[in-house]
Amino acid sequence: METKKEEKKSKIKQTSSFWVWVTASVIFRLILIYFPKNLNFSSRPEVATPVTSIRRLAEGYWLKQSSMSPYAGSMYHGSPLLLSLIGPLTVKRIEGQPNHLLCSLLFLLADVVSAMLIRATGQTLQMSSCLSLKSLDLVELSKNSEMLSSGDIAALVYLWNPFTIVACVGLSTSPIENLVVILSLYGACTRLPPLAAFGWVMGTHLSLYPGVLIIPLILLLGNGPDAPPRKLFLQRRCSKGGKNPSSDSSCQEEELFNQSKLPITFSWKPVIHFLFWASIWSVYVLVLCGISVKQNGGMLEMFKSTYGFILTVEDLSPNIGVLWYFFAEVFEFFRNFFLIVFHMNILVMILPLAIRLNHRPCFLAFAYIAISSMLKSYPSVGDSALYLGLLGWFVFELADLQFSFFLFWGCVGVSLLSPVMHNLWIWRGTGNANFYYATAMAFACFQIVLVVESVSAILNYDRKLRKLSITKPVDGKS
Amino acid sequence: MAILLSRRSNLLAVVVLVLCQLFLYAAVSSSGSVLKQGGGEEFSEELLLKPFPDRKVLAHFHFQSRAPHSSSHGRHHHLFPKAIAQLVKKFRVKEMELSFTQGRWRYEQWGGFDPLSSNNAKPPGVELWAVFDVPQSLVDVYWRNLTHTLSGLFCASINFLESSTTYSAPELTFKPSFGNLRYGTLPREAVCTENLTPWLKLLPCRDKAGLSALMDRPSIYRGFYHSQRLRLTSSESGSDEVDSGIGLEQTLTVVLQPSSWRTGKTYSVETNIQPSWSISSIFGRNIPGKCVIAKSSNVYLHLDNGLVGELKNLERENAKYVANTFESEGFQSNHAFKISVTPDKVFEEVDYLHGKSTSVIYGFSVEKYSDSQPFDLGLTWKIPVVWSCQQAPLHASRFLMGSGNERGAIAISLESTESSEGLPTSHIIDGRCELRVDIFQVVPWYIKVYFHTLQVFVDKQPRAMADVVDKIRVSPSKDKVSPGVMEMILKLPCGSKSAAFSLEFDKGFLHIDEYPPDANQGFDIPSALISFPSFNARMNFSEDEFLNNSPILSKFQETSPVLSYTEVLLIPLTTPDFSMPYNVITITCTVFALYFGSLLNVLRRRVDEEERILRSRAGRKAGWISQLLSRLSAKLRGRPQEQPTSSLPYSFISFRLVLKILLVASIAVTWQYYFG
Repeated sequence: METKKEEKKSKIKQTSSFWVWVTASVIFRLILIYFPKNLNFSSRPEVATPVTSIRRLAEGYWLKQSSMSPYAGSMYHGSPLLLSLIGPLTVKRIEGQPNHLLCSLLFLLADVVSAMLIRATGQTLQMSSCLSLKSLDLVELSKNSEMLSSGDIAALVYLWNPFTIVACVGLSTSPIENLVVILSLYGACTRLPPLAAFGWVMGTHLSLYPGVLIIPLILLLGNGPDAPPRKLFLQRRCSKGGKNPSSDSSCQEEELFNQSKLPITFSWKPVIHFLFWASIWSVYVLVLCGISVKQNGGMLEMFKSTYGFILTVEDLSPNIGVLWYFFAEVFEFFRNFFLIVFHMNILVMILPLAIRLNHRPCFLAFAYIAISSMLKSYPSVGDSALYLGLLGWFVFELADLQFSFFLFWGCVGVSLLSPVMHNLWIWRGTGNANFYYATAMAFACFQIVLVVESVSAILNYDRKLRKLSITKPVDGKS
Repeated sequence: MAILLSRRSNLLAVVVLVLCQLFLYAAVSSSGSVLKQGGGEEFSEELLLKPFPDRKVLAHFHFQSRAPHSSSHGRHHHLFPKAIAQLVKKFRVKEMELSFTQGRWRYEQWGGFDPLSSNNAKPPGVELWAVFDVPQSLVDVYWRNLTHTLSGLFCASINFLESSTTYSAPELTFKPSFGNLRYGTLPREAVCTENLTPWLKLLPCRDKAGLSALMDRPSIYRGFYHSQRLRLTSSESGSDEVDSGIGLEQTLTVVLQPSSWRTGKTYSVETNIQPSWSISSIFGRNIPGKCVIAKSSNVYLHLDNGLVGELKNLERENAKYVANTFESEGFQSNHAFKISVTPDKVFEEVDYLHGKSTSVIYGFSVEKYSDSQPFDLGLTWKIPVVWSCQQAPLHASRFLMGSGNERGAIAISLESTESSEGLPTSHIIDGRCELRVDIFQVVPWYIKVYFHTLQVFVDKQPRAMADVVDKIRVSPSKDKVSPGVMEMILKLPCGSKSAAFSLEFDKGFLHIDEYPPDANQGFDIPSALISFPSFNARMNFSEDEFLNNSPILSKFQETSPVLSYTEVLLIPLTTPDFSMPYNVITITCTVFALYFGSLLNVLRRRVDEEERILRSRAGRKAGWISQLLSRLSAKLRGRPQEQPTSSLPYSFISFRLVLKILLVASIAVTWQYYFG
């Protein structure tokens, strides 16, 4: 009883300290917003890409207000819905306050809501993983995870990540994009197909790349949240149920018997729900877009200058990705070939990852997001902020992550060095494009190592679980 | 033998020459007969000289040819250049102007209000605009063809105006045209003799006779400003007898610095006395008489109203002469200056509105001069005179703000000039006195202008856009497709001393092939055009028969809007490393390979099963050669033999390798055979 009370106390303490940190992060952002204008985050290439820049959005809004198509020039490449949502806020000024206060407040709100959703999703994940570990009799593994909530950690990592803060203060639209992606994951985790479908449709509409998340979302809805491989449960039950573990019939009986307890089979109902809602939402979004671009240009122009712009990498201004310099230098003749190759690189990995990690849909979503934010045509730190936040969900699974020290300091080093190189090249004229490109390369390499190592760590974790669950019954017998 | 041959060839040459002369004479006389018939083609040449307050002299050559419409007179021309006539006919050009300019017109010193400056002050480089008489959908095609033709005709890279990123279609500010106008500039086109020679070829006398004989290349290109212009107007079968047909107006405007030491006078006691000059001293040549086939051939000396007013003032002070010496006949020498030739005519501008001083033009006819007695006009100053030219109501200048290669801002500032106060600004609309200013600006696509950042300052106070900007038309730039065009109609309050506009922009990053060879020099933004439609640059002369015969003076009498061009801006853009394409391709592809390979490896790896599979495979397939080899190596090392783990049999690998290579080779061969 004593220990339980203490646990409760510590939990209350934890939650209170969590809220303290959340308010602290909000206050920190407000301070940065009220900071004198010379911070100028909104025109940094790391923060504002041609797709997410607020200045371009304001230009699009201005064009729309002066009864022209917002896509008339090659300035704005975002969604028309975002234009009517954020556009008015870019113009509105409050006397005596910073220029973009309303926008900043909106992005701040988006950040806080995303953090809360991350926390809720993390708690769901943790509960389900505890449950599954308990069912495997691996209680000691689940014990350490009860001490600290991975949801809290993920939320705080998301809120206090300098990348998130910079993206929020720098007024790029990536907080909104991140919010809808997290919303879809939350909806799928808590088994709310309409919400998941809404998040997925909006995410795909806003930045195209979240479209690949349909696989983890379906798996999440069909199989439930992350769990050890299903084989383990089967083996477990077999070994539990009958003394003769090799008899298949008893195993299947057991399975049928236990079906109500744990969702072992793929449940199609929520998936069909999800698909139905996704089609409804996409029709809805398309109709809304159609209404807003009806007067000028129409849908074709919209698709051309949003998705077309993303896919053809027309803007060659420097960013933290690797494609801009490549396409500035590559011979025109090979341009289309390399465009296909680089976009295929994202798509090719979808299937192998999905096959190997189908029992961990949330981690699969993390891997997809990380890969696409690494290889997308106009990456920004806001995208990195999203997957770094989601990484917090898997703190216990990824405890054995290799090179974590090296990765952490590498990321810190690159994110400090990259603005310096940019300054040397663009502002002082003493450096050269290669220096900046080198930092972008290094950043890409670190991201690659992070993705690869975290996938390998998760697979190793599963192996460990299997080993433990195989050895456990033997121990029990002996 | 050689001497004999050369003699023979000399003889031949003489014979040919004589024949040619005969032929030419016949041609000239026939053309004369055409002229006499009336209603045919005509050509006239004129030269206007004008002293500037900053010790420089303007020489403005004006050649005008006119041909009746070709449908009524067949396809042949006597005087009119056939190339131009064909061009007009083929591309259905209604109106066109092409100018090659080097140097910048100094509006503060050389004036910006008279018809001369607003017609002939042009932006540096090439400027071309044309109005076509075709449906709107075809205009772009015709424009493209026209640029190519002109580029061939004038030995210039006008064909660069073909690409849609360089030209635009102004609607509000430039000229009223219903979507059929195209405007393009090449600010960095160098202008030199290779452009002048084809231009001179269009003249019936080339530069062999008449006024154009003055065009001594070194002295022309030594000038401070040089602008050659070609303007075409064609009207199809107009009801007006006079107006129908094609009119070609060729002008060459040069601003030269007369060197006073050439005239013999050492310079001088007083430094601010104007240098004396003569035609022979500034051009190094004389006028050897008129071009025979020209209808009229005149030289004018223009003293602008500032100068005349100053002279009158001086006169009044000195009180040596009677006040109206200027109107009197024999005044070629007065107390201030002396003209070496007696003028045939004196025109005085009539200004009905103001009783102010007006400009004076002395006319000289070249017809009575010949080779033996060339025409040489000289102007000798006696006393120092300081005056200023009449300026446009606002002086426009444009500059860049910001540093670095990422972003910046363009600012246009309009400063009111002193002369504007006395001007008729009586454009009172709704009880408010307003000054209308039109701004037309084209920005290339790699300068990504944020139009929503347009800021307006009047008298250094920020103002809301709606207060000042009456109308605005923006066509934002599309990457690699079209330039950004901004047209604004401003209504400035009358008393305002200055107005400024600023626009922020981001600098674009180009593909390495899109940079010019000297990429680090920067890119030019074409001049903005500022016009004042409520003012008319126009001179009024008292009615005279002579005026109608003189194209240059009748041109001055036409109403033309007051225009001024701003400076060309030079914007440095960041350059990538031009030597790196292979390195960038290989390094980037390496990173992608790293990602792909390592991720796939992680996904594929099965830690527990690997060893077992390998063990079984090794047990099964280990050939005797490899066993022998391993035994041998073990013996050599002096260690016990290890279990063969991962090493597959040597022969097996090579066999599979050979198979694979054969497969790939056969695929390559078939590919080559069918698609190569």
